[in-house]
Amino acid sequence: MARRLMEGSEAIAAAAITAGCRFFAGYPMTPFTELLENFARQLPPVDGVCINAESELEAVGMAWGAVATGARAATGSTGQGLSLMQESLSEITRAELPLVVFNMARGQGDYFQATRGGGHGDYRHIVLAPVDLAEAVQLTQWAFHLAERWRNPVLIYGDYLLAHTSEAVDVTPIDFGELPVKTWAVDGTLGGSGSSRNVNPLGFEKGKRGIDPEAFWNRLAAKHEQIACEESRFEAEACDDADVVVVAFGTPARFARHVVREMCAEGLRVGHFRPITLWPFPAAALAKIAQRTKRIAVFEQNAGQMIDDVRLAVLAAAEVVPIGGISTDSSGFGVGPMLDVERIRGRVEAVMEIR
Amino acid sequence: MVERNDEPLAHKVAGYKPDLLLSEDHHLCPGCGEPLAVRMLLDAISELDAAQKTIGVVGIGCYTTFSATMDVDIIQALHGRAPSVATGAKRMRPECLVFTLQGDGDMVNEGLQEVLHTAARGESVTCVLLNNGVFGETGGHMTSTTVIGQRTKNSLEGRDAGYHGYPILIGDLIARLEGTAYAARGSVHNAAGVAQVRRMLKRAFETQLRGAGFTFVEVLTMCPTGWFVPTADGPGYMDKVLGSVHVIGELKART
Repeated sequence: MARRLMEGSEAIAAAAITAGCRFFAGYPMTPFTELLENFARQLPPVDGVCINAESELEAVGMAWGAVATGARAATGSTGQGLSLMQESLSEITRAELPLVVFNMARGQGDYFQATRGGGHGDYRHIVLAPVDLAEAVQLTQWAFHLAERWRNPVLIYGDYLLAHTSEAVDVTPIDFGELPVKTWAVDGTLGGSGSSRNVNPLGFEKGKRGIDPEAFWNRLAAKHEQIACEESRFEAEACDDADVVVVAFGTPARFARHVVREMCAEGLRVGHFRPITLWPFPAAALAKIAQRTKRIAVFEQNAGQMIDDVRLAVLAAAEVVPIGGISTDSSGFGVGPMLDVERIRGRVEAVMEIR
Repeated sequence: MVERNDEPLAHKVAGYKPDLLLSEDHHLCPGCGEPLAVRMLLDAISELDAAQKTIGVVGIGCYTTFSATMDVDIIQALHGRAPSVATGAKRMRPECLVFTLQGDGDMVNEGLQEVLHTAARGESVTCVLLNNGVFGETGGHMTSTTVIGQRTKNSLEGRDAGYHGYPILIGDLIARLEGTAYAARGSVHNAAGVAQVRRMLKRAFETQLRGAGFTFVEVLTMCPTGWFVPTADGPGYMDKVLGSVHVIGELKART
């Protein structure tokens, strides 16, 4: 497929369907609504199903049932709707189901929700934060692969800008390699065999009396540890001899990266680091960079959330300075005046003490 | 012959193991009606020769452990959420017989909107309610189906309409929805009731497989532990106290 001008929501839905997604359920909420509209439009022609769920609670439940049958399935909302889904998302993780979840967030205040989870118990979701639409198209496809590889939910952290900006993108299928056969998938065929399936978040197994929660939870914790070791992704530019490294994620990172590139072109010693996976956070890579730099400037559009992960990664190797903050439009959708290259440049220069 | 609440019959049923039950062993209290209802559910599946195309979605309650012993493919859901999970499974596997197994706390308290929306959508699944009028797993607490005057651990003097409100007659509510093709309420308080429950389940499943719409079977099940009544008095108490409000019979059968 050639590059075509598409709105973010349209391209992301197309990428999901290209990756084999055949089920979606959602409930309208700005700025997620257009993603639901696009799945409703794009799924039926490929014999997929999009249900206009009566609530977010039901949307995530429907997606849970669909993904348990082995289908590639997704749901989503904004952070507010995802708050409602947390109980199910936590259980779906324990049921080890490869669900993909979209958060078209209102700004970056859902970083904690995405990376810590608002649900009960010990669990982790893989979280991918695209910087622009081209990357969103790739990460959406990778999300379905990662989810199945690890049998774990993957969350895409988008926002108003990603969902609503039109860019020329190429939605072609990406081959991420072989995946294990889904022997766990419930298709109804094993009844009466003595070895029917039980996709169970509580740890019940067929034919076994009771559960062993400690062993079950330890096994999941070990899996999450392994994901943390293997799946972190990041983008780093000009970090080797930088005095200041600007850390940012998602679409605001596009503004920050532009500022850094501009300053680098002027010969200033500033670098850019962007976690692509918010969980697992690319802590080891950032720790290495921190050894060679004086200051880490954290640009995020919230009161300070990712900065916790930056501090945990950097420890005391470099000074960590917040240069972001709460900034939004009058509707609270997260398109604030802070997303402006001149303002961002001013904040970076202040950290570099060249102003 | 009218059955009485006699011990020998109870023993006969207790010792009966359907083909689709991996073990007759369970941890539920003596006199519990849930194992009976589950056996009839599995028998209905066998009678329709549907074991190899069945997906069960189990809620959270005493009956949850049957996810390990019912020999059909199972998805374990959260408390209240089984109808949505069943919806997603059915849409991706339309050839399957999909049922939920839920208690009154699960379906009528926590997940009331789920079952109503699923019925209204005419979703081609069967929701099975085991209704004993209490949260059995927590030890006998008031639910939305607890009848007026019924004593529970958090309505010790009996459910009072002025203080606790009225019970929801969920089967009747579901029967009124356009998307519902079949709705019935049975009871396992005696042998005739048990046999009727099996027929209702079979009819609901047949209706689902015909693609006629949403189907629902409510089964009144004994919980002597949660009701503070002697084990042997459970069936009689249920028939008199719950059965007079949640009245047994077919509530809707669209052909």
